[in-house]
Amino acid sequence: MTPSPVAWRAESLPVAGIALHLAAAGRGAPVLVLHHDIGRPEPSPFDDALAGRCSVLAPSHPGYDRSSRPDWMRSVRDVAVVYQWLLGERDLARDLTVVGLGFGGWIAAEMATMAPRAFKRLVLVGAMGLKPERGEIADQALVSYIDYVRRGFADQRAFDRLFGAEPATAQLEQWDLNREMTFRIAWKPYMYNPTLPHLLGGVATPALIVWGRDDRIVPLECAERYQKALPHARLEIVENAGHFVDMEQPDVLAQLVARFVAEA
Amino acid sequence: MHLMYFTEQPMSAYPEQEGRDFGATALMFSNRYFDPVAGSQLYNEYLEHYRLAEEVGFDGIMLNEHHNAPFCMQAKCNVFASILAAMTKRVKLVLLGNPLPLADNPVRLAEELAMIDMISRGRLVSGFVRGGGQEQLAAGVNPAYNRERFEEAHALIVKAWTQTGPFRWEGTHYQHRVVNPWAVPLQKPHPRVWIPGVLSKETIVWAAKQRYPYIALSTEIEATKKIWELYDQVAKETGYAGGPEYRGYLQRCHVAETEEKALANARQFMWMQGEFTGLAHPVWSSPSGYFSPSYRTAFVEYAVGRRSNPRGAAFEDQIRNQQIVAGTPKTVIPKLRRLLEETRPSIVGFWASDGFVSTEDTKTCIRLLGQEVLPALRDIGKELGLWSPFEANAPTSINFSEPARLKDPSR
Repeated sequence: MTPSPVAWRAESLPVAGIALHLAAAGRGAPVLVLHHDIGRPEPSPFDDALAGRCSVLAPSHPGYDRSSRPDWMRSVRDVAVVYQWLLGERDLARDLTVVGLGFGGWIAAEMATMAPRAFKRLVLVGAMGLKPERGEIADQALVSYIDYVRRGFADQRAFDRLFGAEPATAQLEQWDLNREMTFRIAWKPYMYNPTLPHLLGGVATPALIVWGRDDRIVPLECAERYQKALPHARLEIVENAGHFVDMEQPDVLAQLVARFVAEA
Repeated sequence: MHLMYFTEQPMSAYPEQEGRDFGATALMFSNRYFDPVAGSQLYNEYLEHYRLAEEVGFDGIMLNEHHNAPFCMQAKCNVFASILAAMTKRVKLVLLGNPLPLADNPVRLAEELAMIDMISRGRLVSGFVRGGGQEQLAAGVNPAYNRERFEEAHALIVKAWTQTGPFRWEGTHYQHRVVNPWAVPLQKPHPRVWIPGVLSKETIVWAAKQRYPYIALSTEIEATKKIWELYDQVAKETGYAGGPEYRGYLQRCHVAETEEKALANARQFMWMQGEFTGLAHPVWSSPSGYFSPSYRTAFVEYAVGRRSNPRGAAFEDQIRNQQIVAGTPKTVIPKLRRLLEETRPSIVGFWASDGFVSTEDTKTCIRLLGQEVLPALRDIGKELGLWSPFEANAPTSINFSEPARLKDPSR
């Protein structure tokens, strides 16, 4: 991995008793990027690409990567409320775009249902949160850290470039800590909220749904379900990408997001 | 001494090659390979072995349970305990134990255990365990809250046993509008609780703080000594002296008429240790959040195949370090004396056979243990002052330590 070409500023914010880690870079329209269940890679090629076009805020979810673990936290909606709290504190909501990657997409969707007009644009990328009708969301509890992450890539060479063919033990430990936190808040039902589809109809925020053509973690049918459930949504499918679109096609995704931000 | 008979209740009747081909004999290894005809036969043989164990002089029968795996057919130890409560007359029924975190209603467990205690006329020893890693997955229970659920379910059960209802329970993981089970245990203040374990320091510390005997499961002698060092230190900090009445040990021990036969049968102990069943899947056996954070590095490396199972050792090594003892009564007694001298337990479980050992050989083993080994161990126990919790009249727990109750048992 080469070091990030972008200068990221880091700070720790107290929210709900959590030391919430926030990385920031770039200038222009503000974009909050919510990372995957496996955490945020450092450097993150997508965040770097987006920071060339927008002002990017990239927090670590409570209990993930660099943020402290709130022992009390029990649901993905709790995470969504923590981020709404953060937006309120920072007075960020008005012109904000929220980009949710995979598990972060579920958090973003929950945020949108809580405050249907609170931020300006919503981008869901391979988002969890809805129960597939035909397929299943891949269960990470049954596979190793490496196998799970590899499953999210269409091209294994992209995994190798980002994490190395044999990721270091420190990386495995971080994946384990993040997985433990995912279990703490999303164990059952696994990776979806049965009430979410009933609440998405109230979301006034325009939404862009992005899915990797070869997503083997969250089936493509969930993209269609999100598109149907959200009143103002359109779908873009990215070729040569699995679940981790941001890691396999960072520039394509950054361009899609930047164009969407410029639209409205 | 308190001497117990134990079997894992192995389900040896399945196509061995299928397990090898699948690469794991747990959780996802399909139950299409379970043969209920063989299962019925085996369950009834195991009942026969338990009956014989009582007849030849064992003090207790130790039961356990596991799920989704052929190394142990017992999916609910309370079922066998219920049967044995009526079928036996004298032996203690030692459950090691009910996996508390797997229970969504601990009050129901409290009721079942109270019934077993009454039907057996007060012979229940109610051990509790956390359950194995893969069992959290088999039961769909969150591994990240395993220890919290264990501790809370334990507190709720003890309260249901010792405080009259109705009362309300508003816990972190359990909420009960009304706790008022009609069945309560015969033994007062409540049945003894023993805690088995093998790896987690947290469990040893917790057991010592409760003043519950800890049963070391087939650890090697040096490791066992370290367990007692830790236990005794916590006991001292808690305000009592540790000692034999708080120490138990589960010994794999096969006895036969000849050395050769004993050794050949003892080899079957490897059966569940991964030689062909008990093939643990590194991820399923250690789900995130289940293991102690102090072992995180070891387990993540194990999960991706960078190190061997931190729990495993080869047969020859286990014979050498006495994790497995095999021989004729004459040759095993000195080995067991060494165990008693060096680690000073008053509770010893005999895991007598495993795998494909025939029911005839198992019965011979039980007879030889009862007739020749147990009397010798009782003499050694007297000589070394290894008094069991029953003989020493040890308190049931820290909360029921004479002369006065120290504090509310629900805390």
